[in-house]
Amino acid sequence: MNAAATEADHHHGPAPGLMRWVTTTNHKDIGTLYLWFSFIMFFIGGLMALIIRSELFQPGLTIVDPHFFNQMTTMHALIMIFGVVMPAFVGLANWMLPIMVGAPDMALPRMNNWSFWILPFGFGIMLSTLFMDGGGPAAGWTLYPPLSLQTGDAFPYLIFSIHMLGVSSIMGAINIVATIMNLRAPGMTFMKMPLFVWTWFITAYLLIAVMPVLAGAVTMLLTDKFFGTSFFNAAGGGDPVMFQHIFWFFGHPEVYILILPSFGLVSEIIPTFSRKRLFGYSSMVYATASIAFLSFIVWAHHMFTVGMPLTGELFFMFTTMLIAVPTGVKVFNWVSTMWRGAMTFETPMLFALGFVVMFTIGGFSGLMLAMTPIDFQYHDTYFVVAHFHYVLVPGAIFGIIAGVYYWLPKWTGNMYNETLGKWHFWTSTVFVNILFFPMHFVGLAGMPRRIPDYAVQFADFNAIATIGAFGFGFSQILLLVLVIKCIRGGDKATDQVWEGAQGLEWTLSSPPPYHSFSVQPVIK
Amino acid sequence: MSGKVKVPYLFLIPVLMFGFGYLMVPMYDLICDITGLNGKTGSISTAEASQLTVDADRMVKVEFLGTVNDEAPWDFGPKVTSMMVHPGRQYQTSFVAKNTIDKTIVGQAIPSVAPGKAATYFNKTECFCFNQQTFEPLESREMPLVFVIDPGLPESIDTVSLSYTFFDTGKLTGK
Amino acid sequence: MKNIQRVPGALLGAILLVLSGSALADWQLNLTEGVTEISREVYDMHMMVLWICVVIGVLVFGAMFYSILKHRKSQGAVPATFHESMVAEVGWTVVPFVILIVMALPAAKALIKMEDSSNSDITIKVTGHQWKWEYEYVDSGVHFFSSLDTASREAGVKNSGVDVNSVENYLLDVDNRIIVPVGKKIRFLLTSNDVIHAWWVPAFAIKKDAIPGYINEMWTNIDEEGVYRGQCAELCGKDHGYMPIVVEAVSEERYNEWVGEQIAAAEAEANSADKKWAMDDLMARGESVYATACAACHQANGQGIPGVFPGLVDSPIALGDVKAHIDIVLNGKAGTAMQAFGAQLSDVDAAAIVTYERNAWGNDTGDVVQPSEIKELR
Repeated sequence: MNAAATEADHHHGPAPGLMRWVTTTNHKDIGTLYLWFSFIMFFIGGLMALIIRSELFQPGLTIVDPHFFNQMTTMHALIMIFGVVMPAFVGLANWMLPIMVGAPDMALPRMNNWSFWILPFGFGIMLSTLFMDGGGPAAGWTLYPPLSLQTGDAFPYLIFSIHMLGVSSIMGAINIVATIMNLRAPGMTFMKMPLFVWTWFITAYLLIAVMPVLAGAVTMLLTDKFFGTSFFNAAGGGDPVMFQHIFWFFGHPEVYILILPSFGLVSEIIPTFSRKRLFGYSSMVYATASIAFLSFIVWAHHMFTVGMPLTGELFFMFTTMLIAVPTGVKVFNWVSTMWRGAMTFETPMLFALGFVVMFTIGGFSGLMLAMTPIDFQYHDTYFVVAHFHYVLVPGAIFGIIAGVYYWLPKWTGNMYNETLGKWHFWTSTVFVNILFFPMHFVGLAGMPRRIPDYAVQFADFNAIATIGAFGFGFSQILLLVLVIKCIRGGDKATDQVWEGAQGLEWTLSSPPPYHSFSVQPVIK
Repeated sequence: MSGKVKVPYLFLIPVLMFGFGYLMVPMYDLICDITGLNGKTGSISTAEASQLTVDADRMVKVEFLGTVNDEAPWDFGPKVTSMMVHPGRQYQTSFVAKNTIDKTIVGQAIPSVAPGKAATYFNKTECFCFNQQTFEPLESREMPLVFVIDPGLPESIDTVSLSYTFFDTGKLTGK
Repeated sequence: MKNIQRVPGALLGAILLVLSGSALADWQLNLTEGVTEISREVYDMHMMVLWICVVIGVLVFGAMFYSILKHRKSQGAVPATFHESMVAEVGWTVVPFVILIVMALPAAKALIKMEDSSNSDITIKVTGHQWKWEYEYVDSGVHFFSSLDTASREAGVKNSGVDVNSVENYLLDVDNRIIVPVGKKIRFLLTSNDVIHAWWVPAFAIKKDAIPGYINEMWTNIDEEGVYRGQCAELCGKDHGYMPIVVEAVSEERYNEWVGEQIAAAEAEANSADKKWAMDDLMARGESVYATACAACHQANGQGIPGVFPGLVDSPIALGDVKAHIDIVLNGKAGTAMQAFGAQLSDVDAAAIVTYERNAWGNDTGDVVQPSEIKELR
């Protein structure tokens, strides 16, 4: 890039051409990159889900063989978790956090560029394992040894790609913490920060704390396989169950990493469309913090069947059930925010309301799963699959979609097509329930998860779920069309966009200038 | 403005947490030693064992199980499948292992006890599981085990199962 | 259930179906009640939590939808300005806490009962293999493998041309069931040969991981005779979906009978011609069989009784053609006292005798006769 272009980059606007995206350090550009990346991965991971559901449409092996089926379930999870939900959150954070706290950009813009551009390479490596000798990883995203050590040539590549994703997440999270700590505008005290900022702040700490633990766990797997260590091999004095402890010490906070920012998004959107302040702001903050704290002492509820001592089972049951308290507080606060408001139901609000209802359903099944003696029946069945998909799809992903609709007019300067948005919401909501609700039934009836074929008594509900899967999958094309149409044009959006919207982001023009808040705003 | 953070400090957190991941390994072992979490047995010296008071009124059933891991070429099992024992008294039994192939193989037996709660009360004064075992082609060997059940074994436990899993460790070191 | 299929989206109906309790709670929709004290306790707890969730859900969603209907701008609603309430916030922190304690107490009680494996009557060791189960009755020594039945295996492959709906108990049937008595406390010890598996039978409400190198325990006590099916519940590789579990609970008498049959069958199995025997083993066995079957005439030292019964030491039969030797043992020699032993000797016993005779008392031919050779010549 020549000096003139650099000049332009710093003072007037983005560099022209493709290099703008490669070299950008602008938080809005990087946010856009993250969001598009996760959108693309959403379709790739979704395609894998459809392969899984197609195979399960009818009993009897019809399309794939069992080994490929296991690769699909493993990759679907890895992509949806690390390639869709997390990058989408980071993208929203990049776009909105500096604007919401009145900062000119992220605190560490060059590292920001790096943390994004590691991702496509990491996932390139991960996806390429599908074409290697012995196929891609097929041991489930949880990578339990000894099974994961049976992975073929793909194994070191898989570990390397997980390391890359971890590095990317950690850098992104550090950037977010630094931005929130150091770049808040004067007057933006901690207890004045919007909830989305708060939830991300806590999430970022969780990320920094647990991604390295995952890195450590997979490194131990790597040395066990190639360098003769015996961390997880009983023959050398190790214990395969220890991997599960270390993994879930990462894994459970990770679950909250995948949901807390959505809590924040919903807490922004519901007050806006209720035209009423968020009920119980400070209790929301404390609830988020307690969920984050509890997430470190509940991990073993993922592994009640490994044969823990009674005291361990009781401890993890009690702590897990405790999580229902702060989570309940959040739901009650959202409902109280709506209570006696003046609600309108634009698409972001619809998705937020869908989130509250369906996330709560996932929360209920979570409470059931928390109870150890009953968990012995639920564990590793489709009931669990139903539970975490309710929390993650109409939970985390509906939250992300709500956030996208909420800020899309701000980003593009154009209003999206409301009719199309409502269609998107209703088709998504109907199909997501057709997809996941029957899974409760087959799970209770005894269908284990991660099986490519099943006994015929499970056939009816599996067929229904598959229909729901295709319906939900194709509904997302509406979102793609809507976003492209909105970028290309539409009714001009006002600065405030939504009648009830409060906060710094709505004081900027729509779209905001390439460099916003060059002069710090002051919050009264 | 207060509350500013020095960014390099933030990078310390992931470095420390990476270390913490590895620290969980000895921590786990320690917790297992204290609670018998993963069923690892204890061992004491013969002198210590003879100090224990024998509880002649109580009988505990001890079951012995042998497993060969990964279809390795051993026949392996206990000489007797169960014994009735008094806590505090030393008993001897043995396991029999036979190399079924025409090659030298190296293996190690890994103990595990069920219920896990009993593991810390199951003490061995002599055990073949302490060492790697080398088997000549087609060699068959009786491997002795001397153990004592700690009289502190909770009253609720009336059966203790001791399992040995024979692993082909030669494979690990590439022999 | 068929109705639901015809009315896609009738989720409410489906929920009501689940909730309407035992009448409609068949195997297809709800958790199984099972056939043990523990499983019924678990079922009751499951229903209790489900109902608590439903009540809370109705209250919360009821308030929310009331608000959505009434407090909308299009209805002319004017937003209120309240945004906190100490009483409400403390209330909905404390009340759920109390509800949780109410739920946790019976759960803890059940858990303590589930973990108490003392006073068991039978111990069965279960070993997971990729991809079959191995069972060993520790007390009686009965031991066998249990894998997916052939009908499911053949129908399940791609383009098998078989309608899997026509296969009885598709993917839930095995070649060898485990047989257990009702009314006895059965203790399972779980371990694995390779990767982690999990042994689960829903009707007993027990599930535990089988971990290589480690041993886990759980127990059950079945009330009703019947056949109960389950599956491996921990991803264990390619054929994870193809290692079912079938337990047949029978009366105690029938169980004891079965154990007897199994022990007899195991002996026959051990004696079967398929196994390759080592010289020493054959010699040891040969000596004892020789003692009962042959020594009366040929004498323990193989010298026979001169003039009456030929000696075997240095005899042309014992040192000559193996086949002729086997033939005379199995079929006897017409016109002499040498009778045909074929009917009373198993292949192994015959092989042992022939091997013994060819190597004992200085007849060091070095020939090892395998049971399979006997089988061939019968």
